[in-house]
Amino acid sequence: MAEPVKYIDRTREYYLAQGYKKPYQWAHFDDVPFTKLSKPLAECRVTLVSTSDVAVANEDGEGRDKSNEFLVGNAYSLPTDTPVERLFSRQEYYDKYATHLDDVNSYFPVTRLLEKVQEGRIGSMAPRCHGVYTAYSQNKTLGVDAPEVLKRCREDEVDIAVLTPV
Amino acid sequence: MSLVARYLEANGIPTVMIATARDIVETCGVSRLLFVDFPLGNPCGVPFDTDMQSNILGLALDMFETAEAPRTTVVAPYTWPAGEQWKETIFTEEQPFLEGEAYDNWMEAKARYRKIKEARYRKIKEDGQT
Repeated sequence: MAEPVKYIDRTREYYLAQGYKKPYQWAHFDDVPFTKLSKPLAECRVTLVSTSDVAVANEDGEGRDKSNEFLVGNAYSLPTDTPVERLFSRQEYYDKYATHLDDVNSYFPVTRLLEKVQEGRIGSMAPRCHGVYTAYSQNKTLGVDAPEVLKRCREDEVDIAVLTPV
Repeated sequence: MSLVARYLEANGIPTVMIATARDIVETCGVSRLLFVDFPLGNPCGVPFDTDMQSNILGLALDMFETAEAPRTTVVAPYTWPAGEQWKETIFTEEQPFLEGEAYDNWMEAKARYRKIKEARYRKIKEDGQT
Protein backbone atom coordinates (compact mmCIF):
# COMPACT_ATOMS: atom_id res chain seq x y z
CA MET A 1 0.00 0.00 0.00
CA ALA A 2 1.32 3.44 -0.93
CA GLU A 3 1.97 5.86 1.91
CA PRO A 4 -0.85 8.18 2.99
CA VAL A 5 -0.93 11.48 1.08
CA LYS A 6 0.96 14.24 2.91
CA TYR A 7 -1.73 16.87 2.44
CA ILE A 8 0.07 19.59 4.38
CA ASP A 9 3.20 19.32 2.19
CA ARG A 10 1.20 18.74 -0.97
CA THR A 11 -1.10 21.76 -0.50
CA ARG A 12 1.83 23.98 0.45
CA GLU A 13 3.63 23.12 -2.79
CA TYR A 14 0.42 23.36 -4.79
CA TYR A 15 -0.51 26.85 -3.60
CA LEU A 16 3.09 28.12 -3.85
CA ALA A 17 3.00 26.98 -7.49
CA GLN A 18 -0.29 28.90 -7.91
CA GLY A 19 1.47 32.09 -6.82
CA TYR A 20 0.50 32.25 -3.14
CA LYS A 21 3.37 33.50 -1.03
CA LYS A 22 2.19 32.65 2.47
CA PRO A 23 1.52 28.98 3.22
CA TYR A 24 -1.68 28.13 5.11
CA GLN A 25 -1.06 27.65 8.81
CA TRP A 26 -2.70 24.37 9.77
CA ALA A 27 -3.91 24.25 13.34
CA HIS A 28 -1.44 22.59 15.69
CA PHE A 29 -1.66 21.90 19.42
CA ASP A 30 0.67 20.13 21.80
CA ASP A 31 -2.08 19.22 24.25
CA VAL A 32 -5.04 17.08 23.25
CA PRO A 33 -8.16 16.83 25.44
CA PHE A 34 -9.48 13.36 26.19
CA THR A 35 -12.76 12.25 27.76
CA LYS A 36 -13.41 8.63 28.61
CA LEU A 37 -16.75 6.98 28.04
CA SER A 38 -18.85 7.42 31.19
CA LYS A 39 -21.26 4.55 30.49
CA PRO A 40 -21.51 1.52 28.21
CA LEU A 41 -21.68 2.30 24.50
CA ALA A 42 -24.97 0.42 24.31
CA GLU A 43 -26.47 3.10 26.58
CA CYS A 44 -24.94 6.10 24.84
CA ARG A 45 -26.77 8.62 22.71
CA VAL A 46 -24.77 9.51 19.62
CA THR A 47 -24.79 12.42 17.22
CA LEU A 48 -23.06 13.02 13.92
CA VAL A 49 -21.14 16.20 13.08
CA SER A 50 -19.75 16.82 9.61
CA THR A 51 -18.09 19.41 7.42
CA SER A 52 -19.49 17.79 4.29
CA ASP A 53 -22.03 20.60 3.66
CA VAL A 54 -24.74 17.96 3.85
CA ALA A 55 -28.21 19.50 3.57
CA VAL A 56 -31.88 18.61 3.23
CA ALA A 57 -33.25 19.02 -0.28
CA ASN A 58 -36.56 20.83 -0.79
CA GLU A 59 -39.66 18.71 -1.43
CA ASP A 60 -39.36 19.46 -5.14
CA GLY A 61 -35.73 18.33 -5.11
CA GLU A 62 -34.51 21.80 -6.09
CA GLY A 63 -32.29 23.66 -3.67
CA ARG A 64 -31.95 23.40 0.03
CA ASP A 65 -34.62 23.24 2.75
CA LYS A 66 -33.29 25.53 5.47
CA SER A 67 -36.37 25.41 7.71
CA ASN A 68 -34.77 23.24 10.40
CA GLU A 69 -31.15 24.30 10.01
CA PHE A 70 -31.05 27.13 12.60
CA LEU A 71 -27.76 28.45 11.28
CA VAL A 72 -25.57 30.16 13.89
CA GLY A 73 -22.13 31.20 12.69
CA ASN A 74 -21.16 28.27 10.49
CA ALA A 75 -23.03 25.66 12.54
CA TYR A 76 -26.39 24.22 11.51
CA SER A 77 -28.50 21.15 12.23
CA LEU A 78 -30.43 18.46 10.39
CA PRO A 79 -33.27 16.38 11.86
CA THR A 80 -31.91 12.83 12.18
CA ASP A 81 -35.15 11.31 10.88
CA THR A 82 -34.85 13.10 7.53
CA PRO A 83 -35.19 10.41 4.83
CA VAL A 84 -31.66 9.87 3.54
CA GLU A 85 -32.93 10.25 -0.02
CA ARG A 86 -33.52 13.91 0.76
CA LEU A 87 -29.95 14.52 1.92
CA PHE A 88 -27.32 15.76 -0.50
CA SER A 89 -24.02 17.64 -0.56
CA ARG A 90 -22.69 20.31 -2.85
CA GLN A 91 -19.31 20.29 -1.11
CA GLU A 92 -16.53 21.12 -3.55
CA TYR A 93 -13.51 20.21 -1.46
CA TYR A 94 -13.17 16.56 -2.36
CA ASP A 95 -11.20 14.55 -4.90
CA LYS A 96 -13.58 14.76 -7.83
CA TYR A 97 -11.16 12.90 -10.10
CA ALA A 98 -11.25 9.81 -7.91
CA THR A 99 -14.78 9.73 -6.51
CA HIS A 100 -18.16 11.43 -6.03
CA LEU A 101 -20.54 12.42 -3.23
CA ASP A 102 -23.64 10.63 -4.55
CA ASP A 103 -23.90 8.31 -1.55
CA VAL A 104 -24.48 10.40 1.58
CA ASN A 105 -23.45 7.49 3.80
CA SER A 106 -19.93 7.54 2.36
CA TYR A 107 -19.30 10.82 4.25
CA PHE A 108 -22.32 11.29 6.55
CA PRO A 109 -23.07 7.79 7.87
CA VAL A 110 -26.49 8.50 9.30
CA THR A 111 -28.15 5.30 8.00
CA ARG A 112 -25.21 3.20 9.21
CA LEU A 113 -25.49 4.81 12.68
CA LEU A 114 -29.22 4.09 12.85
CA GLU A 115 -28.42 0.46 11.98
CA LYS A 116 -25.92 0.33 14.87
CA VAL A 117 -28.69 1.59 17.16
CA GLN A 118 -31.04 -1.14 15.86
CA GLU A 119 -28.32 -3.75 16.44
CA GLY A 120 -27.96 -2.49 20.01
CA ARG A 121 -24.32 -1.44 19.61
CA ILE A 122 -25.26 2.16 20.51
CA GLY A 123 -28.11 3.25 22.80
CA SER A 124 -29.85 5.84 20.65
CA MET A 125 -29.44 8.50 18.05
CA ALA A 126 -29.86 12.18 18.94
CA PRO A 127 -32.80 13.95 17.27
CA ARG A 128 -30.41 16.26 15.41
CA CYS A 129 -27.16 15.88 13.51
CA HIS A 130 -24.98 18.88 12.82
CA GLY A 131 -23.00 20.48 10.07
CA VAL A 132 -20.23 23.04 10.22
CA TYR A 133 -19.29 24.94 7.09
CA THR A 134 -15.61 25.16 6.34
CA ALA A 135 -14.45 28.48 7.78
CA TYR A 136 -11.32 30.40 7.01
CA SER A 137 -10.99 31.48 10.61
CA GLN A 138 -9.85 29.10 13.32
CA ASN A 139 -10.88 31.75 15.87
CA LYS A 140 -14.42 31.74 14.55
CA THR A 141 -14.59 27.94 14.59
CA LEU A 142 -13.46 27.89 18.22
CA GLY A 143 -15.32 31.02 19.33
CA VAL A 144 -18.71 30.51 17.65
CA ASP A 145 -19.20 27.26 15.77
CA ALA A 146 -17.82 24.71 18.23
CA PRO A 147 -19.67 26.26 21.23
CA GLU A 148 -22.89 26.20 19.19
CA VAL A 149 -22.44 22.50 18.37
CA LEU A 150 -21.71 21.79 22.05
CA LYS A 151 -24.85 23.71 23.13
CA ARG A 152 -27.03 21.66 20.77
CA CYS A 153 -25.38 18.40 21.88
CA ARG A 154 -26.19 19.28 25.49
CA GLU A 155 -29.78 20.22 24.63
CA ASP A 156 -30.14 16.78 23.03
CA GLU A 157 -28.36 15.01 25.93
CA VAL A 158 -25.72 13.60 23.62
CA ASP A 159 -23.11 11.27 25.16
CA ILE A 160 -20.77 10.74 22.21
CA ALA A 161 -20.12 12.29 18.80
CA VAL A 162 -18.88 10.86 15.51
CA LEU A 163 -17.19 13.49 13.34
CA THR A 164 -16.67 13.24 9.62
CA PRO A 165 -14.75 15.80 7.58
CA VAL A 166 -14.96 15.33 3.83
CA MET B 1 -13.41 19.68 12.01
CA SER B 2 -10.57 18.67 14.35
CA LEU B 3 -11.12 21.92 16.27
CA VAL B 4 -14.77 21.00 16.90
CA ALA B 5 -13.73 17.50 18.01
CA ARG B 6 -11.26 18.98 20.46
CA TYR B 7 -13.84 21.43 21.80
CA LEU B 8 -16.47 18.74 22.42
CA GLU B 9 -13.88 16.50 24.00
CA ALA B 10 -12.63 19.28 26.31
CA ASN B 11 -16.24 19.81 27.41
CA GLY B 12 -16.92 16.22 28.37
CA ILE B 13 -18.21 14.65 25.15
CA PRO B 14 -16.04 11.77 23.85
CA THR B 15 -15.52 11.98 20.09
CA VAL B 16 -14.17 9.88 17.26
CA MET B 17 -13.17 11.28 13.89
CA ILE B 18 -13.34 9.26 10.68
CA ALA B 19 -11.02 11.01 8.24
CA THR B 20 -8.90 10.63 5.13
CA ALA B 21 -6.31 13.38 5.73
CA ARG B 22 -4.26 11.77 8.46
CA ASP B 23 -1.51 14.39 8.63
CA ILE B 24 -3.92 17.33 8.96
CA VAL B 25 -5.90 15.71 11.77
CA GLU B 26 -2.82 14.47 13.63
CA THR B 27 -1.09 17.84 13.32
CA CYS B 28 -4.08 19.48 15.00
CA GLY B 29 -4.33 16.64 17.51
CA VAL B 30 -7.57 14.83 18.39
CA SER B 31 -8.49 12.17 20.91
CA ARG B 32 -9.51 9.34 18.55
CA LEU B 33 -8.94 9.12 14.80
CA LEU B 34 -9.99 6.31 12.52
CA PHE B 35 -7.84 6.89 9.45
CA VAL B 36 -9.35 5.64 6.20
CA ASP B 37 -6.84 5.87 3.35
CA PHE B 38 -9.37 6.93 0.71
CA PRO B 39 -9.68 10.01 -1.52
CA LEU B 40 -11.07 13.17 0.06
CA GLY B 41 -14.85 12.79 0.03
CA ASN B 42 -15.48 9.22 1.20
CA PRO B 43 -14.01 8.79 4.70
CA CYS B 44 -16.86 6.45 5.69
CA GLY B 45 -16.39 3.92 2.90
CA VAL B 46 -16.77 3.31 -0.80
CA PRO B 47 -20.06 4.78 -2.09
CA PHE B 48 -22.92 2.26 -1.92
CA ASP B 49 -20.73 -0.43 -0.29
CA THR B 50 -22.91 -0.72 2.81
CA ASP B 51 -20.98 -3.64 4.31
CA MET B 52 -17.72 -1.72 4.20
CA GLN B 53 -19.39 1.43 5.56
CA SER B 54 -20.83 -0.60 8.43
CA ASN B 55 -17.43 -2.12 9.22
CA ILE B 56 -15.70 1.27 9.13
CA LEU B 57 -18.27 2.81 11.46
CA GLY B 58 -17.93 -0.25 13.72
CA LEU B 59 -14.16 0.28 13.94
CA ALA B 60 -14.72 3.92 14.86
CA LEU B 61 -17.24 3.01 17.58
CA ASP B 62 -14.86 0.37 18.98
CA MET B 63 -12.39 3.19 19.66
CA PHE B 64 -14.71 4.66 22.31
CA GLU B 65 -14.05 1.47 24.28
CA THR B 66 -10.44 0.77 23.37
CA ALA B 67 -8.65 4.15 23.25
CA GLU B 68 -6.88 4.80 26.55
CA ALA B 69 -5.26 8.14 25.74
CA PRO B 70 -5.53 11.05 23.31
CA ARG B 71 -3.91 10.91 19.84
CA THR B 72 -5.05 7.33 19.35
CA THR B 73 -5.08 6.52 15.64
CA VAL B 74 -6.45 3.31 14.18
CA VAL B 75 -5.93 2.55 10.49
CA ALA B 76 -8.90 0.99 8.71
CA PRO B 77 -7.79 -2.14 6.81
CA TYR B 78 -9.00 -1.04 3.38
CA THR B 79 -7.44 0.20 0.16
CA TRP B 80 -9.26 2.18 -2.49
CA PRO B 81 -10.71 -0.40 -4.90
CA ALA B 82 -9.73 1.47 -8.06
CA GLY B 83 -6.07 1.50 -7.02
CA GLU B 84 -3.71 3.99 -5.44
CA GLN B 85 -3.15 6.25 -8.43
CA TRP B 86 -5.31 9.03 -6.98
CA LYS B 87 -2.52 9.63 -4.46
CA GLU B 88 -0.14 10.66 -7.22
CA THR B 89 -2.47 13.11 -8.89
CA ILE B 90 -4.27 14.95 -6.08
CA PHE B 91 -3.17 18.63 -5.90
CA THR B 92 -1.15 18.58 -9.11
CA GLU B 93 -1.13 20.87 -12.14
CA GLU B 94 -2.72 18.09 -14.21
CA GLN B 95 -5.64 17.79 -11.80
CA PRO B 96 -6.22 21.16 -10.14
CA PHE B 97 -8.11 20.69 -6.89
CA LEU B 98 -10.57 23.45 -7.71
CA GLU B 99 -11.36 24.73 -11.17
CA GLY B 100 -14.13 26.54 -12.99
CA GLU B 101 -17.08 27.39 -10.81
CA ALA B 102 -15.61 25.74 -7.72
CA TYR B 103 -12.50 27.92 -8.03
CA ASP B 104 -14.65 31.05 -8.47
CA ASN B 105 -16.71 30.19 -5.39
CA TRP B 106 -13.56 29.69 -3.39
CA MET B 107 -12.14 33.05 -4.48
CA GLU B 108 -15.44 34.76 -3.64
CA ALA B 109 -15.48 33.20 -0.19
CA LYS B 110 -11.90 34.35 0.36
CA ALA B 111 -12.78 37.90 -0.70
CA ARG B 112 -15.79 37.93 1.66
CA TYR B 113 -13.65 36.78 4.54
CA ARG B 114 -11.00 39.41 3.77
CA LYS B 115 -13.69 42.13 3.90
CA ILE B 116 -14.97 40.90 7.27
CA LYS B 117 -11.43 40.89 8.59
CA GLU B 118 -10.73 44.39 7.30
CA ALA B 119 -13.97 45.71 8.80
CA ARG B 120 -13.12 44.17 12.15
CA TYR B 121 -9.61 45.62 12.02
CA ARG B 122 -11.01 49.08 11.22
CA LYS B 123 -13.41 48.81 14.14
CA ILE B 124 -10.66 47.82 16.55
CA LYS B 125 -8.60 50.78 15.32
CA GLU B 126 -11.53 53.21 15.69
CA ASP B 127 -12.44 51.90 19.13
CA GLY B 128 -8.85 52.31 20.15
CA GLN B 129 -8.90 55.97 19.17
CA THR B 130 -12.02 56.91 21.10
